[in-house]
Amino acid sequence: MITLVLEPEQKAAMPQVATQANDDTKISVRDFDFFYGSAKVLHGISLDIPARKVTALIGPSGCGKSTFIRSINRMNDIITDARGKGTILIDGKNVYGGDTDVVELRRRVGMVFQKSNPFPKSIYDNVAYGLRIGGLRNKRQLDEIIERSLTRAALWHEVKDRLHASALALSGGQQQRLCIARALAVDPEILLMDEPASALDPIATSKIEELIYELKDNYTIVIVTHNMQQAARVSDRTAFFMLGRLVEEGDKNTIFMNPKEKMTEDYVTGRFG
Amino acid sequence: MTANLRRRKIYSRIFETLCALAVIVALIPLAMILFYVIKEGFGALNLDFFTHMPKPVGESGGGMANAIAGTLILIGIAAAFAVPVGCLCGIHLSEYPATKFSSIVRFAADVLNGVPSIVVGIFAYGILVLPVKRFSAIAGGVALGLLMIPIVVRTTEELLRLVPGGLREGALALGATRGRAVFSVIVPAALPGILTGILVALARVAGETAPLLFTAFNNRFWSTSLTQPIASLTVQIFTYAISPYDDWHRQAWAGAFLLVMMILALSILARLAVRRLERMNRS
Repeated sequence: MITLVLEPEQKAAMPQVATQANDDTKISVRDFDFFYGSAKVLHGISLDIPARKVTALIGPSGCGKSTFIRSINRMNDIITDARGKGTILIDGKNVYGGDTDVVELRRRVGMVFQKSNPFPKSIYDNVAYGLRIGGLRNKRQLDEIIERSLTRAALWHEVKDRLHASALALSGGQQQRLCIARALAVDPEILLMDEPASALDPIATSKIEELIYELKDNYTIVIVTHNMQQAARVSDRTAFFMLGRLVEEGDKNTIFMNPKEKMTEDYVTGRFG
Repeated sequence: MTANLRRRKIYSRIFETLCALAVIVALIPLAMILFYVIKEGFGALNLDFFTHMPKPVGESGGGMANAIAGTLILIGIAAAFAVPVGCLCGIHLSEYPATKFSSIVRFAADVLNGVPSIVVGIFAYGILVLPVKRFSAIAGGVALGLLMIPIVVRTTEELLRLVPGGLREGALALGATRGRAVFSVIVPAALPGILTGILVALARVAGETAPLLFTAFNNRFWSTSLTQPIASLTVQIFTYAISPYDDWHRQAWAGAFLLVMMILALSILARLAVRRLERMNRS
């Protein structure tokens, strides 16, 4: 396994060849179960998620795809009585191992939520948040990373003249891109997106999708979506979840055009769900 | 059908009228209090009232400078002691809402909130006045602080719980520790509301008299010493109001007017803070 540690500038400048050469497994899930109290909501999930690709998780409401994506950065830890069993390896290291530092994990695995959640602070302070808790105080460095993060999230030109205005004054789509910029600022390796566009209008949605397309050169992206067209548009690989089980996973064309399972076919052709 | 409809309309009209009457009955005392306080107090108020000391009996004029300063000092002591305790306690309750300890603390705060203020005064008298055999500003401030704590605790807790859960998740997802998330995101988001709670609590205790009678006592002279008895607007109003002198009665009205205005100002400030918070939560 090759783990490249690159400065963001280098990452941005990386040639396409390198991206293709590193088509290896970033996240490897084996026999992963998840419980809320005594209710078992995920049953023996096994899945390999490739580096620098977009993997979309699709499936009907309540099928466990959100629970699964939130297990990757252990976001479910804050729910009482929730626990995961099995292994989720990131670069070969078990996320659920006893020696995992959750804070460290979450810095490597960024997350964007369904409902945009900018802090009631300025645009600048939102993006600076993760950097500051990481101990970065240098104003020049902060300015630089914030500009770069907002540029990558395709928001810089809309906000560069009002960086110190409240983030809450932005539109819904801008707020969501701000949350993406905020996640990118701490330079994670993996970006988890839990229905990032479900609360947005079509124009804002297409902006987010373009963004995902551009980000996958540098980040491993896992996206939960209800919208099958969206999964077909943005993903490289697609995994279909149903009733807490992973029904089928594969190349997106296979899943959408030529699925092995009847259930997958019924779902992607809109016969139910 | 039409008879039925007519009956319903009549009932509706009757109940609307009853509701309007009830509102008027509830507002009459407030209007009368304000009317009398303004009518009697505003005329008696002048610059001397703020800058001069009380005159001896028989001499007219003078003011309540010492009582105004005393009240500010007393609520200052109360806030200095109740705000940190109350806020931290409220943060604990909102962070660990379901533990046994939290439910005990919540119950204790509610009970303390219901304790008559004179009982709190006796308590402060017992622990802070009797041992040193001297009334003091500290004892009065602590008595007022004890009355403030439960209000601050419960408003802090409730307002922190209003902060959307997504903000906490956002902070944690960026690698914040739990404590960091609380103090850098959740508390600042609720801060205007918490300040409101503090202002409301201050307004409430600024008007207290009973717990000061045997803690801060009163003082005819200018004193800012925390270990000496100290004057307060409320006790001064009480003393002057039960005296037989017209001039003192006028002073009492002026004091009452000032007190009402102080509390009104605190309430308006609190309102403004709440409005800001609501605007923020809507967007």
